[in-house]
Amino acid sequence: MPLAKRIIPCLDIAAGRVVKGVNFLNLRDAGDPVEVAKRYGEQGADEIAFLDITASVETRGLLYQMIADVAEQVFIPLTVGGGVRAVDDVRALLNAGADKVSINTAGIKNPQLIRDAAARYGAQAIVVAIDAKQTGPGRWEVFTHGGRHPTGLDAIAWAREVERLGAGEILLTSMDRDGAKTGFDLALTRAVADALTIPVIASGGVGTLEHLVDGVLEGGADAVLAASIFHYSEFTITEAKQRMQQAGIEVRESWS
Amino acid sequence: MTLDVAIVDYGMGNLRSVHNALRFVAPDARIEITSDAQDVHDARRVVVPGQAAMPDTMAALNASGLREAVIAAANSKPFLGICLGLQMLFDVSEEGPTPCLGVYRGTVVRFDPAKMTDAQGQRQKVPHMGWSPVRQARAHPLWAGIADHTRFYFAHSYYPVPREMDLVTGLVAYPDAREPFTCAIGRATLFAVQFHPEKSSTAGLRLLSNFVSWNA
Repeated sequence: MPLAKRIIPCLDIAAGRVVKGVNFLNLRDAGDPVEVAKRYGEQGADEIAFLDITASVETRGLLYQMIADVAEQVFIPLTVGGGVRAVDDVRALLNAGADKVSINTAGIKNPQLIRDAAARYGAQAIVVAIDAKQTGPGRWEVFTHGGRHPTGLDAIAWAREVERLGAGEILLTSMDRDGAKTGFDLALTRAVADALTIPVIASGGVGTLEHLVDGVLEGGADAVLAASIFHYSEFTITEAKQRMQQAGIEVRESWS
Repeated sequence: MTLDVAIVDYGMGNLRSVHNALRFVAPDARIEITSDAQDVHDARRVVVPGQAAMPDTMAALNASGLREAVIAAANSKPFLGICLGLQMLFDVSEEGPTPCLGVYRGTVVRFDPAKMTDAQGQRQKVPHMGWSPVRQARAHPLWAGIADHTRFYFAHSYYPVPREMDLVTGLVAYPDAREPFTCAIGRATLFAVQFHPEKSSTAGLRLLSNFVSWNA
């Protein structure tokens, strides 16, 4: 039995609460992070990702408290991202109870942050989030700010660079597919997964369980991340794992 | 007052997950994170977690004044090493390289990038990140109630190669079943694991519960 492919539900967080909304609009409160995380854990989530979508200095304390509360009751890995600007932010999140911290925009502005954080806390604790948009056949560019700001960086070249800087994992989001529910950008996922020796988490576009299967079998992803299909209880994580297992993918069984 | 479980804090941070999980399985026990050598000396049981890089970890352990207390605990009372808390028990780690505690003969090596394909030709990644099934190489009280080949959560790029094979209590097939590596060791009152029981859901909590009630 090999290593299982992971299913990672992602929760958007604002001021320490789970929120739902599309493209930062019409955000509404969607519950207590502890309760939602516990439910995902019981369904067999292999890991849970939290994205602080406001990432404002004013609400940072609430995020730390939320992570601490979740970590007291949910005993699977917790990845936290959003607004990580300095090694001190990484430390604060890890000390609050995060197992991995994801770095996005700040790592583009200052790649040394990735190197310093990985050297200090180990590659296994540092995830680099890459938001990419297709700019031509077989070409993707890294964007920031929810896909609004181009960086001029080639996504595959940047992925290789962050691996070299010491990142332990890539969280790869297709901004073309994010929210579209038409499936992962499989060509992007495959290109990055094949280019790297570190694991790649595919993200952006999941609308069906078949999309999760495709992310692994066609995209070559080591883990698949989805938000809305689990938020809105369209599918449980157990159903997702069972579908993946039917497709011949190694998963961690949590229903027997 | 004597601690039931001392979680050794040698200054590398983030011991909270281990503390949370131990308190969850043993809510009435006196379990504390401590950097006091006397606490470690007096405690009934000792847990040594670890993550991050080995050079920093050993430097911090040596600077903390806890090195001797950790070695003494490893040789004398119920002791659980986790991740780098396992690796540090051997002679030397390739990471650095760094001399370690030398409680047991053996080395800690990195996954070989040239050998990261499994028998099906699938490429495997480093770090070894996620849930792998653990083969219980021999029966042990800490495996009680945990089925053989249960998956535990791993997150590491280095693994131990013990010289004494009778130490081995658990094996994991990564990158491939042809060359499983040692992910758990046990001798006398010591048990140590490469995976993270505190992050391994039900099975991990059971292992921690077994440790807290272990009459070694």
